[in-house]
Amino acid sequence: MHLQVSSVCKTFGHGAKAKLVLDRVSFDLHAGEFLALVGSSGSGKSTVMRLIAGLDRPSAGTITIDGQPVRGPGSDRGMVFQKYSLYPWLTAAQNVAFGMELQRRPRLEIRERTAYFLEVVGLADAARKLPRELSGGMQQRIAIARALAAEPRVLLLDEPFGALDIQIRESMQEFLHQLWRQTGLTALLITHDLEEALLLANRVHIMAPNPGRIVRSVDVDLDRSNMAHLRVSPGFLELREELAQSLRGLEPALSR
Amino acid sequence: MHTSLLQRWLRHPWTLGVIGVSTVLVLWWLISSTGLVDKLFLPSPQAVLQAGQVQWSSGLLVKDAAASIQRVFIGFAMSAGLALPIGIAMGTNPVVCRLLEPLMGLIRYMPAPAFIPLLIIYFGLEELPKVLLIFIGTFFFNTLMIMDAVKFVPHELVETARTLGGRGLPILIRVVAPFIAPQVLDTYRINMASAWNLVIVAELVAATEGLGKRISLAQRFLRTDEIFLGLIVIGLIGLLIDLGFRFLMRRSCAWAN
Repeated sequence: MHLQVSSVCKTFGHGAKAKLVLDRVSFDLHAGEFLALVGSSGSGKSTVMRLIAGLDRPSAGTITIDGQPVRGPGSDRGMVFQKYSLYPWLTAAQNVAFGMELQRRPRLEIRERTAYFLEVVGLADAARKLPRELSGGMQQRIAIARALAAEPRVLLLDEPFGALDIQIRESMQEFLHQLWRQTGLTALLITHDLEEALLLANRVHIMAPNPGRIVRSVDVDLDRSNMAHLRVSPGFLELREELAQSLRGLEPALSR
Repeated sequence: MHTSLLQRWLRHPWTLGVIGVSTVLVLWWLISSTGLVDKLFLPSPQAVLQAGQVQWSSGLLVKDAAASIQRVFIGFAMSAGLALPIGIAMGTNPVVCRLLEPLMGLIRYMPAPAFIPLLIIYFGLEELPKVLLIFIGTFFFNTLMIMDAVKFVPHELVETARTLGGRGLPILIRVVAPFIAPQVLDTYRINMASAWNLVIVAELVAATEGLGKRISLAQRFLRTDEIFLGLIVIGLIGLLIDLGFRFLMRRSCAWAN
């Protein structure tokens, strides 16, 4: 799998009101990689994700997967939204099965894969519960299970933990890291949280607003065997602080 | 102990409602039994009950109620059945919405009873104009309320389905329809009240049978007891329909409660 984003621009509005929100964004994502796009609101990071998902079209530039241009949404690019994306009338298991049913997979296969992915996200016990009976963290795990069960080639995560409180956030980050290691999935994470990006991704692109663009790219090679330890290790903190500095430098309005 | 028992009893969802209704009944009985008010204006509860027994045993009550219910049912079924696809089309497709919304917004503000003269000229005095009156009086509200429900489907739910490989019709059936089901039922419940109002209006104007017709006949013979009876029966049937919709909603859309 090779996702290629080349010189993608996006303009919203027409004529005099036209606003450039993405300016020549380019990057690659290969199978098994975990890539993060970090930026403040307005940096266009969510727009990039919507373009890759096929929910919007780029104004210029191309997005291809294995050489095939993206023409619209498809199950090869599974997406997890920040919140409100579980179907409230379906149980956890029915939510996980939802994508596979849209794909018209055989009934038996759907049942087996549903059970398997509920197990993978650690929520086999919650199979019959409705979303409103689950905590925010559990809901996001079900949303991830649902996306994975549809067998995407790349998992698109749009601020998946942005609505969770800090402790749950940390345990979900750990969960996502384990999931990535175990399943070998390919992931693109959108976040405004630099720490989250550095903890989870092999490669981090930092985006700046007005217009949205990638201003810095970092390969992150850290020992993630103990995440709690990593969060407070000097090397990690140093890298985080250095990148935070450059992020701050990009927003004169805020630092002034 | 006594107060806590009383408090628990008062907190029961039905207690206060029953108290409210029975207070009015008792007041009615008290006032009418003192003879302070002419019984032409205020018949006694016993007289109304007796009028009911007479109409029940002659079969008139059942026949009238059946005639009114049938009109409401046919007119509202047409309205609800047509409003569903059109409301969904308006809610999902901006072109359809821009085309139809101004038109519907305009007609919605024309009082349905004002169409009666026209309906009588076009279709005479049979069943059709009455059924059509109910249709006209509820269709535009049903449609616009369903359209609104569709517009409020969270876009995340639709976009998630699209990224899972969903397309137009499957998304409509599996995402939009279940999401709007509770609001659609509630829309029907609310507008059913107008349908019930309109059937009585139509019968007051022209009919041979029906609860509204019975009331207007009673007025001609100054039978206030029969008018009271008609009003109470109309209210009770309306209440039953409303409770029926609530029950259906609780049963079919447990997730939304």
